[in-house]
Amino acid sequence: MTFNIRSVGDATVISVDGQLIVGNRQELKRTVLAELERGARRFVIDFTRTGYIDSSGLGILVSLSKSIRKERGDLRLASLNDDLRTLFELTKLDTLFDIHANLRDALAD
Amino acid sequence: MPTSATPWRTSFVNPRAAVLELPNDISAIETAVERAVHCCTSASLARNRLMFNFRVGLTEALSNAILYGNGGDPQKRVRVELRVRSGEVRARVTDEGSGFDPDTVPDPRLPENIPRPDGRGIFLMRALMDEVHYNELGNSVTLVLREGTRATP
Repeated sequence: MTFNIRSVGDATVISVDGQLIVGNRQELKRTVLAELERGARRFVIDFTRTGYIDSSGLGILVSLSKSIRKERGDLRLASLNDDLRTLFELTKLDTLFDIHANLRDALAD
Repeated sequence: MPTSATPWRTSFVNPRAAVLELPNDISAIETAVERAVHCCTSASLARNRLMFNFRVGLTEALSNAILYGNGGDPQKRVRVELRVRSGEVRARVTDEGSGFDPDTVPDPRLPENIPRPDGRGIFLMRALMDEVHYNELGNSVTLVLREGTRATP
């Protein structure tokens, strides 16, 4: 699993390649919080290349969402496949997150 | 990350049964899940049921065992017993802790619980697997996943 970060306009796009699970969730948290500390406010997490997410991975997204909102920032999720999307729907986290079908939509104003 | 005193151990009882013993370390989970998936391919489940439902369900069982059951103690270990037959996999995950009552865990879908970062593991196991059984002590959980039954996705 790796996290790739890039800037697209004023957005910070983080791609999750592999799994987002209990063993690596803190790495994502550190990555996003470091960018938040540097002044980034608009975040998109891209799940195009993500295999699966466990409850700890979902939890870290909830936690990051709070941290970003506290700084008046914005977090969007993009490109969840059907399985991942179902995970958010089962847990009702689709009501908490701003979920977009693809990266282009997530980057649109 | 603490150094674990317990090495990996994998035993194949027969082509349809295997036992994995892993160190009590969350960094071992992904490898354990991939080894278990490899053992279960002969069940001929649909790809996403094995690669998604089973992987997420087993990851939850292992993280609960390591973090809560064994309390993160690097001297302890977690045992996974796999039973595979056509159209069905069973994984029994046992820790060395004193157990807990899974029925006391609140529903993470309640409005007041949705903003919480934790408390979704047992719910996800039950939602993604066809059967989830705990032993009386609560330190061993059996996950059952079958082909063509209700569990989604």
